[in-house]
Amino acid sequence: MLDLINVSYDTQIPNNVGLSSDKKVLKALEKWHPGYINWWNDLIPQKFQESMVYLRTAVSVDPKGWAKFDYVKMPEYRWGVLLAPQVDGRTIPCGEHKGQPAWQEVPGEYRNLMKRLIVIQGDTEPGSVEQQRFLGLTAPSLYDMRNLFQVNVEEGRHLWAMVYLLQKYFGRDGREEADDMLRRSSGSEEAPRMLGAFNEETPDWLSFFMFTYFTDRDGKMQLESLAQSGFDPLSRTCRFMLTEEAHHMFVGETGVGRTIERTCQVMNENGITDPYDTNKIRDLGVIDLPTIQKKLNLHYTLSLDLFGQEVSTNAANAFNAGIKGRYQENRIDDDHMLTNDTYVVWDMVDGQAVQREVPALTAINMRLRDDYTRDAAGGVGRWNKIIAKAGIEFELKLPHESFNRKIGVFAGHNFDPDGKVVSGAEYDAGLPKWLPTHADGDFIQSLMKPVTEPGKYAGWINPPKVGIDNKPGDFEYVKLHMA
Amino acid sequence: MNQPLKQHLIDPEICIRCYTCEMTCPVGAIQHDDNNVVVDPDSCEFCLDCIPVCPTGSIDEWRVVETPYSLEDQYGWDELPEQAEIGEGADGGAEALDPAIAALLDDAHKGAGGKARAPESAAKPTINMYTIGKPATATVQGNFRLTASGAETDIRLVILNVDGQTFPVLEGQTIGVIPPGTDENGNPHLPRLYSVSSPRDGERPNYGNVSLTVKREEHGVASNFICDLKPGDEVQVTGPFGSTFLMPDDPEARLLMVCTGTGSAPMRAFTQRRARTVGNKSGGMTMFFGARSPEELPYFGPLKKLPESLLKTHMVFSRLPDQPKEYVQDRMMAEEESVAELLADPKTHIYICGLRGMEEGVEKALTNIAESIGTPWAALRDVMRNEGRYHVETY
Repeated sequence: MLDLINVSYDTQIPNNVGLSSDKKVLKALEKWHPGYINWWNDLIPQKFQESMVYLRTAVSVDPKGWAKFDYVKMPEYRWGVLLAPQVDGRTIPCGEHKGQPAWQEVPGEYRNLMKRLIVIQGDTEPGSVEQQRFLGLTAPSLYDMRNLFQVNVEEGRHLWAMVYLLQKYFGRDGREEADDMLRRSSGSEEAPRMLGAFNEETPDWLSFFMFTYFTDRDGKMQLESLAQSGFDPLSRTCRFMLTEEAHHMFVGETGVGRTIERTCQVMNENGITDPYDTNKIRDLGVIDLPTIQKKLNLHYTLSLDLFGQEVSTNAANAFNAGIKGRYQENRIDDDHMLTNDTYVVWDMVDGQAVQREVPALTAINMRLRDDYTRDAAGGVGRWNKIIAKAGIEFELKLPHESFNRKIGVFAGHNFDPDGKVVSGAEYDAGLPKWLPTHADGDFIQSLMKPVTEPGKYAGWINPPKVGIDNKPGDFEYVKLHMA
Repeated sequence: MNQPLKQHLIDPEICIRCYTCEMTCPVGAIQHDDNNVVVDPDSCEFCLDCIPVCPTGSIDEWRVVETPYSLEDQYGWDELPEQAEIGEGADGGAEALDPAIAALLDDAHKGAGGKARAPESAAKPTINMYTIGKPATATVQGNFRLTASGAETDIRLVILNVDGQTFPVLEGQTIGVIPPGTDENGNPHLPRLYSVSSPRDGERPNYGNVSLTVKREEHGVASNFICDLKPGDEVQVTGPFGSTFLMPDDPEARLLMVCTGTGSAPMRAFTQRRARTVGNKSGGMTMFFGARSPEELPYFGPLKKLPESLLKTHMVFSRLPDQPKEYVQDRMMAEEESVAELLADPKTHIYICGLRGMEEGVEKALTNIAESIGTPWAALRDVMRNEGRYHVETY
C-alpha cells in the first residue's frame, strides 16, 4: 500500500507521492535533477559544500515526526517532494465553484492561470538562494551560518515542490517551465528572476534578516493563499511548505531582534542615551537604531510591491476560479464568493492618496497586503519591546505604505515615510534619512567579519535565547571544512 | 484540594507568532489575539503535535499549577511567569507531583542510600501529565503470557495504545493503572504503579503504544485486572512518573543491570531503546537476571537471541532440579572480574530493580567486589548516586 505519510526513499527523490509507480513524472524529475545539483554546486562556495551542517530534513508529513536533525553536507541534502496528507472530501473553499469537490487534476479552463501562479512562486525559491549565496563567508556565528543554510536548502526544496507540480500536471509546458527555473538567475541582465525583489542584492546579514522577515513573509502570505487553492495538489504542497517557512520567519525576526538587543546593550554599557548619536554608536561596532529603521523602510516597501496592484482583475479571477484563496480563508466569516462585498483600497486622486471602496473581489491583493502588514507589524512591536526594556527612547515603525513604491497606485509619487506628499526636492533631501545610503551600507559591510568559533558571536549581534533543536550554546552547528 | 497539574504554555518572548502550531493543533486548543498565541487548558489533549512544528522552541513550555492560567492571563503576558513553588520543588527533580505517588517512588528508590539523581545525559522526563482527576484512556492492544504455560508464575506483557493522547514516557518511568470499581470503603481504587517495558517511541516504533510487564498476584486487585484484560478493553492510566530512574542517552555509557522477575521491565525498555538507536555501537550493557526457572523468566526466548555486543545476559535460576540454588548476587561474585572492571569505569551506570529482598544480597556482592579493587563500596555508591549512575527501584 502507498504510504502517504512517511517519505519513501525507493527512488533517487525522496517523496510521499508514490513516485516509484509514476514512471513518467519520475523520469522527468530524474532528468531535471542533475541540472538542479549543478545549479546548487555552482552557487554556494565550495568550502561550505564540503562542510557538515546540522540541518533538519523533512522526513514525514506527520507533525510528530516531520523532521529530523543531523549533520549533512548540503549537496547530499535529501530534497524531496512532500505533500500534506489529502483531506477526505475537501471542497473548493471560495469563488464560483465553492463547495464543489477540490480538483485533483488541473481544470483545462484555468490551466494557464494556474501554471503562471506556480511558476511565479517557484521562481522566487531559487532566486533567494542566489541572492544569499555569499553570506556564509561573513556569518556572525556558526549558529547563524546554519540558519542561513537551513533557509537555503529549504528554499531549494520548495523549488522541487513547485517543479513537481509543473512536471506532474502541466505536461511538456510544465517541463519547459521547470527548466527555465534553473536558467533564470537573480540579478542577471539577460534572464533575471521574475520579481524585482528577487533581483536585489543581499549584501550583508542585516539585509538577510530583513529579507527573511519582510520578503519571506510575502512568500508566506502567498503560500497561505495558495494553500487555500481548489487545486488540491497545490494546496497540499503549500500547506506543507508553510511548516518549513515558519523557520525562515524565525530567522528574520530573531536576527533583527538580536541585532537591536546588542545595540541597546552596548549603548547602555557605554552610557549612550541618544539613539541618534550615530558616530559614537557606530564606533562601538554596533548598528545604530536609525540605520535599522532605514533598512526596515527599504525591505518593507520592496516587499509591499510584491503584492501587485491594489485593484487587480487577475487576482479577482484567481479567487473567483477558486485557484487562490485569502489568508486563512476557512476562518473568514462571509460567503467566500464576495459577490456583493466591498473592500477599502488606496487610490490617487488629484495627487493625493485617498481611500475608497471597491468590489472586494477586485481587492484580493490589497486584502492580502493588509493581512501581511498586520502580521509584519507584530514583530516590529516585539522589537520595540526590546528597545523599551533596555530603557532607550526610540521606536521602530513600519513606514506608510505609500512610501518608496514602484508598483501600484503610489508608484511615481513622492511620499515621505509618514505618508505625506512631498515635493521632489523635499524627497531628495529626505532620502538619506529614510533609506539606507551607500555610506550606511559600507558601515554595515565593515562589521561583517566571520566568526567561526562554536558559541561565539560577532560583536554587532547577541546570541539567541534558545538553540536550534534545544542544543546548548556552544554547539558546533557547522563543522567547517578546512581545505 | 486540586491536584497540581501540568499546563502547556507558550513563551511570548520567544514566539514569533507564525501560528504554525495553531494550524497544526488537531483539536483547536491553540488560539491567538493581536498580542499572544495561547493554549486553552480545557481543550489541550497533550498530543504534542505542535511541538516539532514550532520553529522557535517557545512552544515547549510547561508549568505545574494548581489552577491553570486562563486564556485572559495568557493573552496579557509579556513574558512567561516563573514556576511557582508548589509542594516541594514542583518540577525541579520531583518524581511525581501527587504526594502519594511521590512517596511510593521515594520508597522504591530508597535502596540507593540517598537522594536519587537522573543520569547526566538522560532525556528530560515529563511527569504528571495525567492525574487521577484527569486520567488518559488507553485501549488494550494485546496481552501475552511471558512465562511458560505450565509455570506457577503468570507474568504478562500488556500493550496499551494511547494514540491520540500521546504519553511522552521515557524508559525507566512508571505509569499508574486505575483498577475499575471501589475498595472496601467504597472509594475508587488508587492507581497502581508499573514500570513501562517499552522504549520512548513505543512498543512498536511510532505507534503511540506502551507496554507493561505485570505479574499476577494472588488477590491483587490491579494485577488481576490487568492480567485479565482483552484487546479492545479500555483502561484509565495516569502518569508518567519518575524523574531519576532513567537511562543515559550517551551511547558510550555502560549499563550494569540487575533484576528479578518483573524488575526486568525497565531493563527491557533500556535494551530496546539502545537496539533501536545506537545498536551495537555503544558502551555495552550487562544484565544479571534472576528467576526460579527458565519457565518463569519473562522474555527468556527473546533474551537469548540478543547479540552479546548489545547485551550480555547472565540468567540465574534458583529452583532448578538437581542444582544448588543460585541468586543474582552469587553470579555477580562468580563474574567478579568483569563486574569489578565495570565498577572502576566512570562511564558505568548501575540499575537494580526487583523485589526488595534482592537488595541486601546484591549490595553485599557489590561491597565485596568493590573491596577487591580497593574501593570502599559505600563511598563509591554515594559518588555514583550523586552522579546519577546508581539506581535502585525495589518493591
